[in-house]
Parts: sequence; structure tokens; C-alpha cells
Amino acid sequence: MSRILEVENLRVDIPLESGTLHAVRDISFHVDKGETLCIVGESGCGKSLTSLALMGLLPTKAIRTANRLTLGGRDLGTLNETQMADIRGSRMAMIFQEPMTSLNPAYTIGNQLAEAMLRHRKVNPNEARERAIYLLEKVGITAAASRLGQYPHQLSGGLRQRVMIAMALMCGPDLILADEPTTALDVTIQAQILHLLANLQKEFEMGLVLITHDLGIVARVAHRVAVMYAGQIVEEGTVEDIFRRPMHPYTQGLLRCIPIPGKTARGAHLGSIPGMVPSLIGDLKGCAFANRCPHAFSDCNTTDVALREASGGQRYRCLLSQEAAEQNAREAATA
Amino acid sequence: MSAQTPILETKDLRCVFTVRQGLFKAKKPLAAVNGVSLQVRKGEILGLVGESGCGKSTLAKILLGLQEPTAGALLIDGKPSSSFSRIDIARRVQPIFQDPFSSLNPRKTIGDIIALPLRVHKLARRDEIRPKVLEIMDLCGLSKRFYESYPNQLSGGQRQRVAIARALIMRPELVICDEPTSALDVSVQSQILNLLTDLQKELNLTYILISHNLAVVEHMATHVAVMYLGRLVEQAPTDELFRNPRHPYTRALLDSVLTPEPGMGVPDSQLGAAFPNPIDPPRGCTFHPRCPKAMDICKQAAPTPIVSGEGADYDMVECHLYGPQEARAA
Ligand SMILES: Nc1ncnc2c1ncn2[C@@H]1O[C@H](COP(=O)(O)OP(=O)(O)OP(=O)(O)O)[C@@H](O)[C@H]1O
Ligand SMILES: Nc1ncnc2c1ncn2[C@@H]1O[C@H](COP(=O)(O)OP(=O)(O)O)[C@@H](O)[C@H]1O
Ligand code: SF4
Ligand code: SF4
Ligand SMILES: [Mg+2]
Ligand SMILES: [Mg+2]
Repeated sequence: MSRILEVENLRVDIPLESGTLHAVRDISFHVDKGETLCIVGESGCGKSLTSLALMGLLPTKAIRTANRLTLGGRDLGTLNETQMADIRGSRMAMIFQEPMTSLNPAYTIGNQLAEAMLRHRKVNPNEARERAIYLLEKVGITAAASRLGQYPHQLSGGLRQRVMIAMALMCGPDLILADEPTTALDVTIQAQILHLLANLQKEFEMGLVLITHDLGIVARVAHRVAVMYAGQIVEEGTVEDIFRRPMHPYTQGLLRCIPIPGKTARGAHLGSIPGMVPSLIGDLKGCAFANRCPHAFSDCNTTDVALREASGGQRYRCLLSQEAAEQNAREAATA
Repeated sequence: MSAQTPILETKDLRCVFTVRQGLFKAKKPLAAVNGVSLQVRKGEILGLVGESGCGKSTLAKILLGLQEPTAGALLIDGKPSSSFSRIDIARRVQPIFQDPFSSLNPRKTIGDIIALPLRVHKLARRDEIRPKVLEIMDLCGLSKRFYESYPNQLSGGQRQRVAIARALIMRPELVICDEPTSALDVSVQSQILNLLTDLQKELNLTYILISHNLAVVEHMATHVAVMYLGRLVEQAPTDELFRNPRHPYTRALLDSVLTPEPGMGVPDSQLGAAFPNPIDPPRGCTFHPRCPKAMDICKQAAPTPIVSGEGADYDMVECHLYGPQEARAA
């Protein structure tokens, strides 16, 4: 299996007046060819900054460091802005939640799709146009040729998101980063877009990093899952492991919060995770989840917690033994 | 049960806006609500679902007396809404809106925000206001210390609690919740849903719950109404609707729900992507361009509602697949 993306100890720090905000704290993960990794977590946990860090699109004041950051074996950490711009869009592409952040309202769909290719590949405008039509059809847009002359605002949100996906595919990238690509869409359109994305990913054997806070999406789309909390990965494993044997108390808490058809009784109380995420400014002492964890004990507030490995390669960041974690996992599992 | 007068009923409610599509184009009618008849009885939770732009919020605004309907009747406790004063309506029906961030005035304290309906309608003496507000804050799980705080000092979940407290201070019978949790993280969403459940029991409330999240609707609602392009296309008790969705659009909606079951993949709902233009709706059944079951008649004639049952068993479907005979047999 060939490895497309490798990330080791990625950090994103943002200096603020009140101190340094450590938004992403030493996270490590990898994505293989044809694989979907879902990064899941609640708002503010660092998902978007992680994807922006990979794309080299962080806000200017943010500082990125990593022990290793490679795409197809190529070290992204040493590239200058021009080289990075060349990789963006050609080797890896991003799909944002709001397509209008990447579509230019002043240019036609056709121009923007062609431009994405002409910039990176030695093709003539005609070939670029052909590819644009081919991909618009691929993403389920009917009368594709006639859409080329339309402007983004003439399309519905669902269609725009399809155009975004087509644009991301123009140069045949190895990796796609999608940050909440369907959060703004209706459930019907959401299912269509995810169905499409999963099929294209399989067909073109791309790596896909899909960022979401929706556990339903994770279950249906991911091969592997990384759960983030307060800038750290607190659990990582195959999608089956995460839903059948969630080892970290935070993952367990998340799964208890959502109503599960056929399992949760109507109107019964759902689980909750009381309390708030700790401030990300300055260093954290002990486990970041300690103030909200139902299983916390005194060591949790003082000991730094490393990722440990459970059987099957699943990793979780918690001081509880595998036996104790598995015990708790049993009643939180959704599947 | 069936003899009970609905606390809220609409008959063939319509709301038509006139809109201009382009700078030089003529104005055209847009029927945001296009003949909606529904009933809500005490203690029920009616889930209202449908795609963005189908008219849910417009319907909610009419029910709240915030939008004048173009035609049709709105009955409150069996009497026309026109026979009630604004205060009377506000005392019976209160909203909780989608976005707790924009619906709270950033320059007012939490105490003032919650007390506002009392002040506007002059429903409490000055010295009564504070204890009333504190009581409702306590009920909604808001600590007293927030009384003098401002909205920007609160988390999203706390702000949503403020919006709930503000609605409940009027002691309404019916609360219309328009996407009460869609802006919230799952861990906060579950707390708000639990709160709504507790308050319903404690205060004997009735809810209309508008949500994109069908798992939430299935969890909370006793009845569900499915809306498409300004019309209700199916209504049924929740269990019934989720076990046996009849309208092809309802089916597509339910097929699109991504339950957290790994390995199931993303279903293909077989729906075209094109949400129709509400200014120029398709002829016949407005759903026909996207309907996997469309027949010839669907392109020519609009289906009429087929109703069976009454009271808590009330159900309705509007689709040519269900002739009156089948519906009665079912
Ligand atoms: N004041 C208005 N003037 C003109 N058109 C309007 C007005 N309010 C709503 N509409 C139109 O009426 C239709 C229904 O809108 P409404 O806000 O009720 O939809 P909704 O179902 O609540 O959607 P969402 O799920 O996105 O909240 C839409 O086509 C909308 O553009
Ligand atoms: N430009 C910025 N300046 C300062 N802080 C930021 C900036 N962008 C993000 N943050 C902070 O970094 C943390 C992670 O943010 P983000 O990656 O956007 O979270 P997510 O996508 O998981 O919701 C949050 O605490 C957020 O407030
Ligand atoms: S280390 Fe302690 S506080 Fe942290 S998740 Fe594990 S048990 Fe809970
Ligand atoms: S009336 Fe026809 S087009 Fe409309 S939903 Fe029924 S089968 Fe489909
Ligand atoms: Mg984000
Ligand atoms: Mg709305």
C-alpha cells in the first residue's frame, strides 16, 4: 500500500496578546492511496487549521512546525511559496465548506475550471475545456457544456459544491482535503455529494482527508478515523474500531450524545459532555479532557498522557488500562 | 383524544411574495407557502422537515403572527387568529430561532434580554421582573451569575438556553423551534434537546420542531410533517412515517440519513440535484422532475391530499401513487 501523506508532530501556534495559542499540538497521521481518513471533533479543536497547515494556507501570523510533512515522499516543509502553489491544485486540492470562498464570482465556471488546469499542466485551452466537461458530467451536472458559460451565483449551493469537486479533480491530484464539504447543504444533497466523492475517490484512487463534526458521515465514509480534542488526536483507528470499540472517554461521550435510531428511546435523555474545552493558550497540564471526563482520577490532572496502542493498532490517549477502556467502550458502541 | 380541539390549526394557508428575478425583469409571484393545512394538539411535538427554501420558516412566521398570510385560515384554540390581540398570541405561541448568535442583542445583558417580552407586553411590575427571570433561568440551566453578562461572554449552548428562557418567560403553550440545535456541536445539541424534553414535561408544552436533522426529529417528535415547495406532502405519526414512508420525497429524505453505522456506505437517494425554481414551479406534481416513481399523470395533474385517521393517528399523503382506495385500505 503506498503512502501519500505523512504527518509527524504537526504543530500550529498562533501568537496572541494573551499568550501563544497552541491550536494544533503534535499530531501525527498518514493517508494511503485510495484511503479516506476522517478527522472528527467539535468546533475549535483544530480541524480546519490542520488542513490549512497541510495546504500551506495558514493565516500569516500562525506558525507551523512538523518533524515530517511529506506528500508522495516529497518534503512539503522545505518548499517555498511558489513551489507550494504549484503543488496546490495539482498534487493536492482542497474543498471548502462554502464553495464561494474558492470560486471567483467574476469568472464563468468554464474559465475557472480551465484555469485550474492550464496553470499546472501543459495542455491547450481546448483540452482543458474537454476535461472540464468530462468532470462536470462525472460530478452529475447535466448539460455540462452549457454550464461552462454560467457564473457561480447562477448555481444552487449543491451545484456549486459539485463544481468545486470538479475543480479539485482537474489536475488529477493524489490527495483531496475536504473541510466540512457538506455542512451547509440539505441532507439529500449532502448524501449525493458524499456518495459522489466516495465513488470518485475509489475510481481515481486518491487519498481523501475528510474533516467533519458529523459522526454519521464519519461512519459511512471513513476507512480510518482520527478524533481530535483540544488540538490533539485523542483516538485513532479503523472506522469499525472507533464505532464498535471506542476506547477514549471523549469518543465514547460523543457517541452517547447522538440519537441512534432503534437504540435510543424517543424522548429519552441523550448523553452529554458537561463542561467546556480548556483554553488552548499556554501549556496543558495532564490530560486535556480531565475536567470533563467521567472516569478521571487524580493522576489525570498531573501526568502527561501519551497515545497508547490497543490490540488491532487502535491508538488512544488515556491513562486507563485497555481492560477498563474496553469495559466503557461496550456500552458506548453504536454498532 | 380526537375530540380535543387543536391548540393550533391552519386551513389552506398561503403566503405569496412578489419577487424580481433580475434588475429589468417583471415582478413575479413566489408561493413560499402554498396551501398548508395542519393541526397541532396539546402535548404533541410536530416535526417539520424539508429542504432549504421549501417554506418552513415562512410557515413558522405566519403561525407566530409575524407574517400576514395571503390566504387561508389560522385558528388558535379553534378561534380565528384575528380575534386575538398580539399579546394574546404572544402568550400562547413563542419562537426559538435558528441562530442564537444573531438573535440576541449584543448590547443588552442576559437579564434584560430574557425580560424583554415581559416589558414589551407590560406583563410584570418592575419589582417582579428579576425574580421571574431568575426562575426561568434556573429552569433552563443558566446560572444566576449570567444575569448581568452579555451574549458574547456566553458559549453557543448557553446562548441557546437564553433564547429558550426568553421564549418561556411568557409561559406559552406552544413553542416553535426553528432549527434549535443546528448551529451547535453534538455535545451541546444533546444538552439542549434534553432541556427541551424536560421543559415539555414540566410545563406541559407543545412544540413545533423544524429541523434538517432527521435523527433529531425521529428522537423528539410525536408526529412529522414533510414539506416540499410550499406544500405538505406527507404527515404521519413518527413511528409510522419512519417505518413506512409513502411519499417518494419522504423516502429520499429518509434514505439520505446517515446513521452512525460503519460499513454501510453512503446511499444513493436517486434524487436529481435540481431543486426547482419556486418562481416557476414544475407543472403537475412539483416533485416530478426529481421523482424516481413519476408517471405520465404526474406531469399533468397535481395530486390532491389523501387523508386518513384523525387526532393522534392523523395521516396524509399527497401523491398519485396513492389513490383514495389504497389509502383507506392502509
Ligand atoms: N420576505 C420574502 N420575500 C421574498 N421571498 C421570500 C421571503 N421570505 C422567504 N422567501 C422565499 O420563500 C421561500 C421559502 O423560504 P423559507 O425561509 O420559508 O424557507 P425554509 O424552508 O425555512 O428554508 P431553510 O431550511 O433554508 O431555513 C424561499 O424560496 C425564499 O427565498
Ligand atoms: N486566525 C486565527 N487567529 C487566532 N486564533 C485562531 C485563528 N484561526 C483559528 N484559531 C483558533 O484555533 C483553534 C482551532 O481552530 P480551527 O482549526 O478553526 O477549529 P475547527 O476547524 O476544528 O473548528 C480555535 O481555538 C480557534 O479559535
Ligand atoms: S486520562 Fe484520565 S481524564 Fe483523560 S480521558 Fe483518560 S481517564 Fe479521562
Ligand atoms: S405524484 Fe407522481 S411525481 Fe409526484 S411524488 Fe407521486 S409519483 Fe412522484
Ligand atoms: Mg472548521
Ligand atoms: Mg428556515
